[in-house]
Amino acid sequence: MKQNIAFWNILLKDMKNYYLKPPNISWGIIFPFAWMLMMFVKTKTAFHIEEVFSGIVAMSILFGTTSMLSVTITFERKSRSFERLLLAPLRMELLIMAKIAGAILFGIFNSIIPVLFSVIYFKAIVTNWALLVIGIILLSIISTLLGLFISVSAKEVFEAQTYSNFFRFPMIFLCGLFIPVAALPVFIRPFSYLLPVTYGVDILKYSITGDNALSIVLDFALVLIFCFVLFYSSLFFIKKKWII
Amino acid sequence: MKAKIIEIKNLTKKYDDFRAVDDISFRVEKGEIFGLLGPNGAGKTTTINMLIGMAKISAGKVYYDGVDLTKNIKKAQEIIGVVADESNLYDEMSGYDNLCFCGSLYGLSKNDRENKAKVLLNTFQLNEAANRKFKAYSKGMKRKLTIAAALIHNPQILFLDEPTSGIDVASARQIRDLIKKLNQKGTTVFLTTHYIEEAERLCDRIAFLNRGKIIRIDSVENLINESKDEHIIEVVLDENISDKAQLSAKLNEKFTYITCHFKNDNTIKIISVKPIDISPIVKFLSSENIFIIEARLHRPSLEDAFVKLTGIEIDLMKKEKEKEKEKK
Repeated sequence: MKQNIAFWNILLKDMKNYYLKPPNISWGIIFPFAWMLMMFVKTKTAFHIEEVFSGIVAMSILFGTTSMLSVTITFERKSRSFERLLLAPLRMELLIMAKIAGAILFGIFNSIIPVLFSVIYFKAIVTNWALLVIGIILLSIISTLLGLFISVSAKEVFEAQTYSNFFRFPMIFLCGLFIPVAALPVFIRPFSYLLPVTYGVDILKYSITGDNALSIVLDFALVLIFCFVLFYSSLFFIKKKWII
Repeated sequence: MKAKIIEIKNLTKKYDDFRAVDDISFRVEKGEIFGLLGPNGAGKTTTINMLIGMAKISAGKVYYDGVDLTKNIKKAQEIIGVVADESNLYDEMSGYDNLCFCGSLYGLSKNDRENKAKVLLNTFQLNEAANRKFKAYSKGMKRKLTIAAALIHNPQILFLDEPTSGIDVASARQIRDLIKKLNQKGTTVFLTTHYIEEAERLCDRIAFLNRGKIIRIDSVENLINESKDEHIIEVVLDENISDKAQLSAKLNEKFTYITCHFKNDNTIKIISVKPIDISPIVKFLSSENIFIIEARLHRPSLEDAFVKLTGIEIDLMKKEKEKEKEKK
């Protein structure tokens, strides 16, 4: 019970304090929105909305969650308020889950805008709504954990944002957001398969078009494995680098 | 004999081959104010970080009221409150919300944390600023709220790292009074400070730490008494001393039973093992064309005990600490 009270209050505090911080607005909302507008102009002439729908949703989630983490983790570490959390009698696993929960919800919220826009305005057809929701949640979790992994390695917010961009921008092209992995040169494809977002995007694609590159079971299994690895390696780094 | 609340056994912190804290052992009794004093780099912060679970222990054991910190860090953290050397609350939240949030970290129910927050704001005279954002607080107010936040869960032991460092005189006095009051209510206080007068005024017992080792633990009274055999004259000069070694040699030549310490660039501390008169010293310095602003017999203090045991002048220590703060 005591641990639950702490968990919810950390989550609520992060939501109240950080959702509208400049990095979240610029990277999490404005940037994906600008891409969506760009696609809107493009789709009028050449594409079907279903071809870019999953990519825009994935990008909104990816940029939103990773930006949020660099604020909630790196900023608090820099201002030493994270120390206060480490000093509380709260299990480290639960503390980190509380910190990432806000980012996961932020990622889900970010995905709602392109989903509604695509479905209502462009009349996009979603083959499996339940799978789309699950895919969005899983992609939010995996992107958040990727953001966590980056944030624990950075000392400053701008550093975390720079590291994030180092991963985020190549992922737009490598993870099948807009260009299918199969269409990439053969020597680049192994990099795509090393990135967890590839599998989350594949689930989204399947839920929208009913067509995907890998088996859906394999996608789920790999996303879960990546979640486990990223969560525990981040935890390991926090314990090793922050409690010296 | 009072019951022990903190027991430290052979505590060691190693960074590769360097021992920042070297095999220290001591006990803190329930209800006392215990001070850890030492120059910069002595290992005070490393020690306190190990005691609160923010640094890994290389060797040794720490027990809080029988709870082994090394085995159950989270259980131990339930009974301690920590005030870091810098205020670390949330800038965007009000004072009241900060306290309520800190209460939630210890699992206090909504009602409990709200009531406790109101009581603490009242105790620390921060009622009027309760709804103001933390970033708008003055340094003294920030410090007070940080201490209040550490008390929200009624800890048995309160750790204070440099509690009055960098704040105004009035706030510092208020904080010292609050620490005394808290202690009178039964909270054990463990503090580090580089203000030796503060330690003398507040602490029941003191441990002097130097180069990672405890060089002495005793009551303030006993430590001061040891310096009572010494007779000290402090002389403040009009100008900075250009050649300290030369002046020291001249004084020793004239007064063979004294030793000279330079408290700072224009203050000489003359220590003698037998009673000493001010006038011959003043006359001698005047004959050397050294102008004196003030010369006085010095009452033995904790500072003298500190200097005697560590060989480090307090003013130098303060200057180093201030430089360190400026860098941050």
